[in-house]
This record gives sequence, structure tokens and C-alpha cells, in this order.
Amino acid sequence: MLLPLEEIGIIMSLSAKDKAVVKAFWAKAATKADDIGSDALSRMLVVYPQTKTYFSHWKDLSPGSAPVRKHGKTVMGGVAEAVAKIDNLTSGLLTLSELHAFTLRVDPANFKILSHNLLVVLANQFPDDFTPEVHVAMDKFLSALALALSERYR
Amino acid sequence: MVEWTEFERSTIQSIFSKLDYDVAGGKALARCLVVYPWTQRYFGSFGNLYNATAIMGNPKVAAHGKVVLQGLDRAVKNMDNIKATYAELSVLHSEKLHVDPDNFKLLADCLTIVVAAQMGAAFTAEVQAAFQKFLAVAVSSLCRQYH
Repeated sequence: MLLPLEEIGIIMSLSAKDKAVVKAFWAKAATKADDIGSDALSRMLVVYPQTKTYFSHWKDLSPGSAPVRKHGKTVMGGVAEAVAKIDNLTSGLLTLSELHAFTLRVDPANFKILSHNLLVVLANQFPDDFTPEVHVAMDKFLSALALALSERYR
Repeated sequence: MVEWTEFERSTIQSIFSKLDYDVAGGKALARCLVVYPWTQRYFGSFGNLYNATAIMGNPKVAAHGKVVLQGLDRAVKNMDNIKATYAELSVLHSEKLHVDPDNFKLLADCLTIVVAAQMGAAFTAEVQAAFQKFLAVAVSSLCRQYH
């Protein structure tokens, strides 16, 4: 399953510096992980309404609703796991990839959408810490995460 | 023609009225050059872009960021006619500057991040939606004259 960047032959792996920056920033952000997850999901559902199609089974899709909060927590648990396994995302996230590929069948284009909203929330909640250097490292990390999640799709 | 709700119109006017064009444009452009380094290809004449610190302190980057925001301002003042307002700009970016239009989206995303960082709690999901819709229209209009 090739994401656009891989298609054009650019595979951007995480440097040692990227990983250090991600871990250091995550140490600060992790305390607010639940809020971040809920906020990012809420924004995604509002700004990209096509993503609501995956949640037709929820009673309430409004920002900050109970199912959104709960799911935001689940998603951030996955991000935390990815940070811990940052040295080998592909093998580390194999089970999650199978879940997304075979059970959830989320179109991988949506990983990019959620990543964007995560970055917006991080900038919004940590304006002084989310410098351009942190931004590029986190963007690379989330792209690598998305790639690992796509691993088992086909 | 793009339909704007009252909320969207007032949100866009409000956001841009609070932006310091001298600062925010430069921040967004600098962020774009750092986060998506291939965009540096268009700025060979800007001197030192060797690392994030250099980019963020580069006066040509700051000056050009202001130019970009002034361009967006024209769309803010002509929200019902962005396509026509940007026709010449689109030709310029396509035929003279030869900018890959994918880059417009990258810069738009960086501007969204800068505004999100500045606005704090006021940058709600609905405000974000309005802002991104505006930028999407601006980007689409800039792409219009590419053949």
C-alpha cells in the first residue's frame, strides 16, 4: 500500500534527532493525551465531515461528546505505543495494522487527515513548544506511523 | 460560486483583522521551508536557508511572508469573487514562477498551524473549518490558470 510520498520514491525515515525530538516533546504532551485525542478527533469530524462515515454507529458525533472523548483516548493510546516503539514502527504496530486493514478498513488517506488535526491541536495547546523543528519531527513521525498502519492493507 | 455562511464571513474577517501581516506571514513561510524543505527550491536567491534557525531569522523570508499575506488579504476583501481576483496571480505562479501547486496546500497548512498557535481556545473546530475552507478556495483559485 503506497502512500503518495512513497509512490514518488521519497521514503523519509526518522533520524536519531527526529526520534529524540519526538520523545522529548511527547514527554510534555503525554500528560494531556486524552484532551489532545478528543480535540483532534472533534476537529476532524467537523472540518472533514466525510470522516463521519466511519462512526455512523455513534449516538453523538459533536465535539467533546462521550464517544468522541472515549475514542480520542483509544487513538492516543496507539500514538503512545508508537512513540515507545519508534525504533521499529512497522513490526511494532503490526497488530494495529491488521486491525485497521481487516476489521476497520479505514481508507489510509484518512490517516493524513487525522495527523493534520493532531498537529493543529499540538500547535494550539503548546504554542511555545511546537516550534518548526518540533513540527517537522512530529509530522515525519506521524507519517511513519501512518505508513506502518498501512503495512497489512494489501 | 462559493457560498459563505455569515459565521464563515465574520470568522475570516475577524481572523485576518487580528493577524500582524508583518509577522504571521513570515512565520508561516519559515515553517513551510523547515517542515517541507523541498519548497526551498523556489527561493534560491534568499541566501542562508541552511537550517531552521537561519530560515526563521532570514529577512527575505520574513519579507516574502508578508507579500503572501497581502495576497491573501485580497481574497479576504473579495470573498465573493476570489477566482477572478486571483486570475492574474494564478497565471504568474504557473507561467512565470513555475510553482508546483501542491505547495500551495503545504503553505496553507503551515498558516493554519501558525493561526492555531496564536488563537488558543478561540480556534475552535468550527473556526478551523471556516479558515481551512477559505484557504482551500484561495488555493483552488490559484490553481485555476494552470494548464
